[in-house]
Amino acid sequence: MFSFCSDPASLEGTKWLACYLTTGKHMAFYASFGTVMVLLLITAPVALLFGFGGAVAARSPFLPLRWFGKSYTAVVRGVPDIAFFLFFVIALDQAFEYIRHKLKCPDWELPVRQGNDFVVCPEAKLPLSSSPQWVHETYGFFIAVLTFAIVFGAFAANVLHGAMRAVPRAQIETAEAYGMTRRQSFWRILVPQMWLYALPGLSNLWMILIKATPLLFLLGVEDIVYWARELGGAKTSAYAYPHPDWRLWYFLALLVFYLGLTRISEILLGRLSARLSHGRATLGSERQGRTA
Amino acid sequence: MSCIETIQAYALRSIGIGERLLPRSDFTLCEQFTLIGSGLIWNIYFGAVALFFGFFLATGVAVARNARSRWIRKPAEWFVFLFRGSPLFIQFFLFYEAFVLLPKVGIDINLGFVEITAETRWLTRAWLGAVIVLFLNTSAYAGEIFHGALRAVPRGEVEAADAYGLTGWRKFRRIIWPTMLRLAWPAYTNEAIFLFHATTLVFFSGFPAWQQKGDALYYAGYFADKTFNPFIPYPILAGYFILLTLAIIAVFGLINRRLNRHLPQEQRRRIRLRLQVIR
Repeated sequence: MFSFCSDPASLEGTKWLACYLTTGKHMAFYASFGTVMVLLLITAPVALLFGFGGAVAARSPFLPLRWFGKSYTAVVRGVPDIAFFLFFVIALDQAFEYIRHKLKCPDWELPVRQGNDFVVCPEAKLPLSSSPQWVHETYGFFIAVLTFAIVFGAFAANVLHGAMRAVPRAQIETAEAYGMTRRQSFWRILVPQMWLYALPGLSNLWMILIKATPLLFLLGVEDIVYWARELGGAKTSAYAYPHPDWRLWYFLALLVFYLGLTRISEILLGRLSARLSHGRATLGSERQGRTA
Repeated sequence: MSCIETIQAYALRSIGIGERLLPRSDFTLCEQFTLIGSGLIWNIYFGAVALFFGFFLATGVAVARNARSRWIRKPAEWFVFLFRGSPLFIQFFLFYEAFVLLPKVGIDINLGFVEITAETRWLTRAWLGAVIVLFLNTSAYAGEIFHGALRAVPRGEVEAADAYGLTGWRKFRRIIWPTMLRLAWPAYTNEAIFLFHATTLVFFSGFPAWQQKGDALYYAGYFADKTFNPFIPYPILAGYFILLTLAIIAVFGLINRRLNRHLPQEQRRRIRLRLQVIR
């Protein structure tokens, strides 16, 4: 990075640190903070979409669909989600490969599960064994996003289902009195109004999502936890920048990063909630008036 | 091996009793059920110990957060912010690394009749180190719940206590604390469930599983890695955890009934389950 970094062994003090913190590996470490933010920004809307689907399914008049929606939310609540993370990463991967296997190699005779192995034809492999490294990484990231979206979608479904039920019944009745169909009253009355009721639950969910991002490490993505372990471990003089075990400091940095992220989110969500409940005759806005 | 023999060999494997070698191939359903169930002992141990000690610290934190002096209030607020604002996963890593760096010396504790040597390397083992992290973490979360409940204690009850001449510790112990618990209990039940779920993180976050003595998720992961088939061990794990969750709800429901026993029937607060996820 800097011109004086060409010979690390001769450096001292601050200069050494400046060079140490700008090595290629450290740049990858800083970039992985970006990975976390990208994951958050992609996952949140996708999970919200899943949640919306789940909530709509849970209140559907069609019985099997209602069962599906209800069990989707119920199962995730009873089980530690880390189990879901570990489960879906393999399960989704195998499901995709199995579907591709059925489509691409219809005349493959051997069974897919042979004892302890899962064997599909080479053309069905995901990603193809010949594809470059970045395809593998993107695929891993994609699976991680999908896993997060499925798990957090269940929680969002729970929140949105509650929010839909919290919209005053009179609003829907008025819509019916105006001759709106079920669909119209859903999209024009219920959906615009439910967000206020959903906001506390959703902001809670956002905080939880932030705090779940280190689990990316378990899903095999090279995220901040991976790099903190990698870079912090003791380096002998075989490396350009030898140092003892510094993992404690790296994890402290991650802690500060997460504390900052949750604090900023808290402030922003507080403002959003104040704005949304402005001028509404709800307990929230009343309370606001009282404290202000 | 018949299923009875498997249970005899592996039912207590997670605490080091029974067969030393884990099954390596041709896994039967019975083996998976037994070993994952055996790992559940650790989850229950972590959760129960952290919850028990955390309860007291949480009460202290809640009282401190309500204190008038800022020298008491601020540290409690920082404690809650620190443990609620960061992922438990990172906390595990951080504490593990910190414990590893501690000097490896023993501390002699004289209990009067017997002398115990407490060694700092115990802190790097899950049975102590992870429990400390979980204890601090649940104290922060429950402290926040109790704090909210403490502020919701009806003014009239406190005034009535004053009128009866109760002060200080007796007023807290007899009037404020029971009402605080009663108000906080539904949320605290969720926190307990949440904590038991969080215990599955222990062996995936720095703390090594000594001699393959791991928790339920550790064994489920072991089977999924070996068979490359996630569709059997993880649903077994899920089943166990649903049972554990139901058991927690039952126990906390009983306590809830006791806390509310003086209230008219329809005023009793039923425990409503809300969403809980990773911390």
